[in-house]
Amino acid sequence: MSDTHAQSVAFMRDTMLPEAPPPESEAGVVRWIRSNLFSGWFNTILTITSLYCLYLFLAAVGPWLVNGVWDAADIRECREKLQGATGGCFAVIAERWPQMIFGFKYPSEIYWRPAVAFILLLVAIAPVLFSKVFPARMLYFSALYPFLAYYLIWGGTILIPVIALLGFAVGYFVYARQVYRSFAVGLFGGIAAAVATWFIGGFITAALPEFLALREVASRDIGGFMLNLILGTVCVSLSLPLGILLALGRQSEMPVVKGICVVFIEFIRGVPLITLLFVANVVLAYFLPPGTNFDLIVRVIIMITMFASAYIAEVIRGGLAALPKGQYEAANALGLDYPQAMRLIILPQALKISIPGIVNVAVGLFKDTTLVSIISMFDLVGMVRGPILSSSDWNGVYWELFGFAGLLFFVVCYGISQYSQWLERQLRTDHR
Amino acid sequence: MLLSDTRYRSYTFQFIALLCLIAAVAFLARNLMNNLEAAGLNISYSFLNSASGYDINQRPIAYDSQSTHLRAAIVGILNTLIVAVLACVTATFLGVAAGVLRLSNNWIVARLMAIYVEAFRNIPVLIWILIIFSILTMSLPAPNAFRGDDATSSMLFRAFAFTNRGIYTPLPIMGPGGWLVAGVFVASLIGIWLFRKWATKKLFDEGRMIATFWPSVALFFIPALIAFFVLGMPITLDYPALKGFNFQGGLQIRGSLIALWLALSVYTGAFIAENVRAGIQAVSVGQSEAAASLGLRPRRIMNLVVLPQALRVIIPPLVSQYLNITKNSSLAIAVGYMDITGTLGGITLNQTGRAIECVLLLMAFYLVISLSISTVMNLYNNAIKLRER
Repeated sequence: MSDTHAQSVAFMRDTMLPEAPPPESEAGVVRWIRSNLFSGWFNTILTITSLYCLYLFLAAVGPWLVNGVWDAADIRECREKLQGATGGCFAVIAERWPQMIFGFKYPSEIYWRPAVAFILLLVAIAPVLFSKVFPARMLYFSALYPFLAYYLIWGGTILIPVIALLGFAVGYFVYARQVYRSFAVGLFGGIAAAVATWFIGGFITAALPEFLALREVASRDIGGFMLNLILGTVCVSLSLPLGILLALGRQSEMPVVKGICVVFIEFIRGVPLITLLFVANVVLAYFLPPGTNFDLIVRVIIMITMFASAYIAEVIRGGLAALPKGQYEAANALGLDYPQAMRLIILPQALKISIPGIVNVAVGLFKDTTLVSIISMFDLVGMVRGPILSSSDWNGVYWELFGFAGLLFFVVCYGISQYSQWLERQLRTDHR
Repeated sequence: MLLSDTRYRSYTFQFIALLCLIAAVAFLARNLMNNLEAAGLNISYSFLNSASGYDINQRPIAYDSQSTHLRAAIVGILNTLIVAVLACVTATFLGVAAGVLRLSNNWIVARLMAIYVEAFRNIPVLIWILIIFSILTMSLPAPNAFRGDDATSSMLFRAFAFTNRGIYTPLPIMGPGGWLVAGVFVASLIGIWLFRKWATKKLFDEGRMIATFWPSVALFFIPALIAFFVLGMPITLDYPALKGFNFQGGLQIRGSLIALWLALSVYTGAFIAENVRAGIQAVSVGQSEAAASLGLRPRRIMNLVVLPQALRVIIPPLVSQYLNITKNSSLAIAVGYMDITGTLGGITLNQTGRAIECVLLLMAFYLVISLSISTVMNLYNNAIKLRER
């Protein structure tokens, strides 16, 4: 073949060249830096500005973290050890962390009880959060957990949580036996049975106050981050069912029911949480029968639950509205009545759509539990602002304390929001 | 039975619900009556007209301790509105910048903005307010650092002093004719708006492009400056000066106001950034591709195609963030800024003991604000709703 053109073609390559790597400036780190950081004058300015800001931040925070003093009795010793160098006085955290976690009145000998309750909380919540990983039988423990946690944190006789649990069990038993007649019969039968059990149980607990009793802790002695966690978990779990009811009520075609729900939701959403906490603190007592005396913590739980349920109701209403109308019609066509249609068809789908919104509300609510420090409850922020910063030992250690408080909240809130994004991906049943 | 007959079931339910509601309200009202009687109290708003007896350090209108509780509440309302409006403006700028930059293809800026958003969204705003307040009070110099020949601090441009008691800035003093200049300025702002509207109409009707930038700049400055000099410079600035132990004159912006303003801005800015990002991402790529194939330039694609559609997604959550700012401004009480919660819900409540009345008025104020903003919002939503044919 090459013979015919031997004179006309001077040279023809008959082997492939090996692949050459791309030019140095178009590959690897250099290319990445050029295209991502310095592609044009505007990007270059942005990069340099942000690098400078990062440098300023690290130059301020780095030495502060590295030189930090972890072992000192008070702020003066801290400053002596630092000798004018920049450095954090983290000794305050080392010394006061039990107070920041448990509050300053919780008896220190029994710190193990809330600690155990917290570990069990993780165990109880795991099968709810990761239902595919953990066996379903663990859910029984999750159902037991609230009563166990109450017993561990508040103490007192074991009969109170046992009777409370018994009431729920009897109520559920009656409901399960009667629900085939109609949902209403089952529901009201169950409620009546539970109330009867609690009423009878009241005599038993009154008669045996020392039966298997742990040392009792008053509600006002509970504080620190524990209080934030208690308020957050209790209020979110209580407000979920309430929020579902409110959302269904607002969707209802009955004007009276709808009106009540709309007024409630719009009223709660229109006022700041702090005014509701004022209500819990100074006003609520006027509206209760004379002589009743709730703990402040119970009053606060009531108001925060109302607050959260209004927001959750709006989220769930969005989920209900997003369901195609065909789902409602299909449920009707199957001959299901309203409670059945809601329980079996509508709510499972609507709640799935609303998960990101509900998690947002939960995270927001958990952050808002810090507001109780304004009505002089000693939660984490209240502890920092009150007993710790005003003590003569640590007067002036702002950064370390608020930084630690912020870090605790960040870990929990960021964790929850990452979980919700993961769950959304898990629950996605359509094909993409 | 009435419950099983579908014709009457809904009426029966509503009747029962109404009965329950009336019973609950009656129960609460009866308890209230009994409790008030037992405590020897009554419901009365006459305390609003008695002298308050306390001072407010940041007051936009004349107020002293002899003024009434009502006037204290009005000062509080004004303070709430001031901090809310300031925070709304800065949070919007911050949020839009952070949201756009988070979508930037500049890796480091996008990461920094993601860190900013996550850090501020996941830590309670109360903690941010307290942190910023303690930065201001701890790290800024005391007024007497500005004193004498060996002063350790100096005033910026001889006009601004940053101290741990707040920031002192010059205050414009309106001489005779000063308001006329301000009026001319406002009139020229309206003029700019009308001019731009006319230019758009011209473009749509006749296809003629009219340059708007330089005429707008001219309209912005020239009439007000002419009025200012013709009237003999009626507006002067009152500069703060160190007298005694503190600065006198000028405008003092308290550290508590600044802390609240900054904290609300950066906290809400993080939320707004997420809204802006979601809004821009919600406009499908096909839209900008279609615009590009029509031959529009990138800036015009952004202005004419992407932004109008993104705004439709961004504005409703943006307004609810404004509502959140207004409600969160009630945290002023934590740093001692006297907003409505601090005056009416704080000192007035504690001094008069009129808890029910004060909390009711407080709630009514926030409700009025929320409901009026959401009414405006609904009108706006209806106006920009996609009209499908």
